[in-house]
Amino acid sequence: MAKVAIKVKVIRYEPEKDQKPYWKSYDLEVDPDYTILDILNEIHWNIDGTLAYRRSCRSAICGSCAMKVNGRNVLACETPMHQFKGNKLKIEPLPGFKIIKDLVVDMDDFFDKLQRVKPYLILDKPIPDKEFFQSPEEFEEIVDAINCILCGACTSSCPSLWGNNDYLGPAALLKAYRFIFDSRDDGTDERLDVINDRNGLWRCHTIFNCMEACPKHIKITEYLSKLKVKAMENSI
Amino acid sequence: MKVEETKRYHKIDAVVVGAGLAGLRAALEIAKSGQKVAVLTKVYPTRSHSGAAQGGIAAALANAQEDSEELHMFDTIKGSDYLSDQDIVEFFVGEAIKTVYELENMGVPFSRTEDGRINQRPFGGHSSPRACFSADVTGHVILHSLYEQCVKHNVHFFSEFQVFSLIIENDICRGVVAWDIRNGGLHIFHSKAVLLASGGYGRAFKITSNAHANTGDALALILECGLPLEDMEFVQFHPTGLYKHGILLSEAARGEGAHITNISGERFMKNYAPGKMELAPRDVVSRAEQTEINEGRGADGGKDYVHLDLRPIGKERILERLPQVYELALNYLKVDALEAAVPIQPTAHYSMGGIPANIRTEVIKDAKGTVVRGLYTAGEASCLSLHGANRLGTNSLQGATTFGRIAGISMSRFVKESGFEKLPEKPLDVAQGKISALTEGSGTERYAGIRAQLQENMTKHCGVFRNEKDMLKLKTVIKELQERFKKVTIDDKASTFNLDLIEAFEVGNLLSFSEVMVEGAIARQESRGAHYRTDYTKRDDEKWLRHTLAWQTEKGVKLDHSKEVVIYMDRFPPQERKY
Repeated sequence: MAKVAIKVKVIRYEPEKDQKPYWKSYDLEVDPDYTILDILNEIHWNIDGTLAYRRSCRSAICGSCAMKVNGRNVLACETPMHQFKGNKLKIEPLPGFKIIKDLVVDMDDFFDKLQRVKPYLILDKPIPDKEFFQSPEEFEEIVDAINCILCGACTSSCPSLWGNNDYLGPAALLKAYRFIFDSRDDGTDERLDVINDRNGLWRCHTIFNCMEACPKHIKITEYLSKLKVKAMENSI
Repeated sequence: MKVEETKRYHKIDAVVVGAGLAGLRAALEIAKSGQKVAVLTKVYPTRSHSGAAQGGIAAALANAQEDSEELHMFDTIKGSDYLSDQDIVEFFVGEAIKTVYELENMGVPFSRTEDGRINQRPFGGHSSPRACFSADVTGHVILHSLYEQCVKHNVHFFSEFQVFSLIIENDICRGVVAWDIRNGGLHIFHSKAVLLASGGYGRAFKITSNAHANTGDALALILECGLPLEDMEFVQFHPTGLYKHGILLSEAARGEGAHITNISGERFMKNYAPGKMELAPRDVVSRAEQTEINEGRGADGGKDYVHLDLRPIGKERILERLPQVYELALNYLKVDALEAAVPIQPTAHYSMGGIPANIRTEVIKDAKGTVVRGLYTAGEASCLSLHGANRLGTNSLQGATTFGRIAGISMSRFVKESGFEKLPEKPLDVAQGKISALTEGSGTERYAGIRAQLQENMTKHCGVFRNEKDMLKLKTVIKELQERFKKVTIDDKASTFNLDLIEAFEVGNLLSFSEVMVEGAIARQESRGAHYRTDYTKRDDEKWLRHTLAWQTEKGVKLDHSKEVVIYMDRFPPQERKY
């Protein structure tokens, strides 16, 4: 396959020596069907080994490689270069997160917020001998939400969060949805206590950025709206 | 200041290395028993490669059709080409049912039957629909649910910690030494019990479904400690890897009714396994595909791939049951599977071999079963041997979860009864030596080129078809690459998130156990399960109903074939394997 010449600008930041992040350019020749991750690997393996980024499964399921490419939050592994016009790429870490090094961001706060919504099945009924019964229709309520890979693309794209870092953010709220709307769960009240708050559910202003950013195409904003209805019903 | 007095010293009852299904399930069990447990993972727990498993988890629930433990046992044994230890399989099929109900009760969202029970689909080599599934993201939802349970039970996670050495003296494990990837620096985890659950070794191959992280690190560390690995020559090649990428397209596609076709659109499996067609076990289908390709009958005029055709399933069902498969083909190959067939090829997928252990998951060090005190293993890193020479689809998630739980039970008990063993005088030295060699050397070799050569050669000469001549050549190549690796110096000298350091360390590990794989494959002069020799095409039960144990010594690899397969001759005597 004929190779194509591309110019890649990557945000670099090495806390041990750099005052602040800066752009670095790389010129390289690659196969036209390369993904963003293939390009980063090419740079890291053969040009500049100091470049740092996260990746693992390279099949869009582990959620390691969310980053911003030409202005859009994507998973580097599943995004082919040809999605972007021209042969110029600008690759940045996920916005809204603190940079650890280069494209690697601090996910601690993201996972802490997830833990606040009690992300596990809460039961006040006895455990059956076999499975809990759940109808296909009940399963359908959560089948989309369970696809979340915790990559952070949604939370990073949320303007409400950029303005107020105390906001739980779409990923944590989606997790709350996944349990509150699971027919087996008995923890709705406990969870609503956490999210029915000005820095919780109500900080979502239905901007739809999260939905657009989600690499798994989860209808996050819709589910957050359903949560709002649930919270209203519960408070009556 | 002594190491024990620094904040890089952690004294914890139990340490779990790896946060996939096996590691998380074990950690949960230990935490519930009231003991302190830490999980070390080189990624984040939810990034573990168990999450990439798509199709299902096996258990004879009989929700979809009649089924039994006995039948699950027989299918597993036949699938293994009679190399599984039948006492392990017998225990496994019973526990499997318990494991699935327990997962469901914990919150795993399974797809449902009309009457609200866990749904089950057909899978290769299983004679009843036995794969409990959640659309085609089964591994993903189990991984996340187990992580959530661990959060609930206050399991302590050390994410982005790479284990660099095991602390083993006089056959007693005393902990591990790990590098803090995010901040830099070596930490000592002093513990009574260690579980190695760090997954498989598919990254030794060029075409693989495995994640970048699946470099079999724990296996290399075991060899370094003078301990053996078992049955390393058995590597499963999955028949439906996305062409060129090797990324997994779930076997569920065939479970739901997809066809595999060649140059003339013929469903060629009718020539290889007329009884099961596309749902023959993976080794059988991969060999059939490779044969078609090698003999010029690849798809699109004889190319080096065949076709996976989802269209017989129907649009609605594809989008409902196989959304991930559909997305992957679209994103990576620009093929709309509703409209066209998807190019596929065999891809290195699962490691049947690994760290030898007994039914309690205790690591053993010889054919007699002598236990290494305080050391445990489960999941793909281990070899129990549940899967023998070929694993059936959906038995991996089940094996990892079930034996993760068993490991947790064994370790909790052990930890309660035992004290902390003394650390050696300089516990950091081994790990520090490896880091210094990579960062302070003046060599000019780069690890990426060495790795690419290894992977290319492994896929070519130790893949679906093998023969002695090629593998002897391969052995020489690996030796040369090992020598070159000694001269590797990395670009990045920083402490913070040094990806260069981790990757170089991993390449060293690949080179170490690949040698053992190849030696095992050369010695095994028969064809069994996933190990197919074009120069010894028959299974040889007289000579080879035996496991391979392999040690790395200064004089090269030492093999021992005295560990016999456990067979219940009255129930499941070896018979010809036909599908």
